[in-house]
Amino acid sequence: MIGAGHYVALSVILLALGVIGVMVRRNLITVLMALELVFNAANLNLIAFSDRLGDLSGQVLAIFVITIAAAEAAIGLGLIIALMRLKDTVTLDDADEMRG
Amino acid sequence: MMEFLTAHFATILFYILAGLTVAGGIGVISFKNPVHSALSLLGTFLMVAALFVLQHAEFLAAVQVLVYAGGILVLFLFVIMLVNIKRMQPEQVFLSRVAPLAVAVGITLGAIIAGLLLAGSLGHPAAAPAALQSVQGQHVGNTEAVGWVLYTKYLVPFEIVSVVLLVAMVGAIIFGRKDPTLEGRGGRMEP
Repeated sequence: MIGAGHYVALSVILLALGVIGVMVRRNLITVLMALELVFNAANLNLIAFSDRLGDLSGQVLAIFVITIAAAEAAIGLGLIIALMRLKDTVTLDDADEMRG
Repeated sequence: MMEFLTAHFATILFYILAGLTVAGGIGVISFKNPVHSALSLLGTFLMVAALFVLQHAEFLAAVQVLVYAGGILVLFLFVIMLVNIKRMQPEQVFLSRVAPLAVAVGITLGAIIAGLLLAGSLGHPAAAPAALQSVQGQHVGNTEAVGWVLYTKYLVPFEIVSVVLLVAMVGAIIFGRKDPTLEGRGGRMEP
């Protein structure tokens, strides 16, 4: 039988992949996609422990996470469109005005 | 052979789905073409949805497919098409600069994963799924049970989240709209 540890391990791997993607990729769209991986890792944890504990709160919390992920994607992609209008680029290194 | 398969069906299914999920995730962060990354992300979403079904969260699986695969991913593809990939410069990966840090983080995460797998049956050995499908002791579907909890115990967070979603929607529209005051200055914001 699969224990919750397996699900948490899968979640850690997904989280690591997401963080690596955010850190290594320079394309803003791909960075946002890597962020979605992180959201999915969190959801996987919530669902695994909801099942183990027989508590529906985890599933309801996962619905909230999905909602926030949708809002984040909409805002992030809106920002990409705005950046595209302003500087004609989607590369993170070209948007470094705030660098000290 | 057949007995082994039926006895360990959930376990085998988990390993297949987990492998495909990780493969999809690796694809997302390693494909050069954003369209390929997006399609890889679609695979990851669907595999995670299947894992939800395996965990007695059928409603969540449907939401995952509808919202993620149907909504967010289409939004990503729209933006990729809008931005025109041909104009994207090939990105240079700056892995060498953060290599020592990456090795340290990798070793730490690897240790965590190994510990988790060794711990094996962390937590309880799977509670009866009945608790996830019942309302006040009465057996109903998972959707009805989730709805009951969402509209009673978590009603206030639910309303707050709906306001957050509205704000995000308005914000996205404002970001995406053509600003006439920017056009006059050659599309550039004043510093």
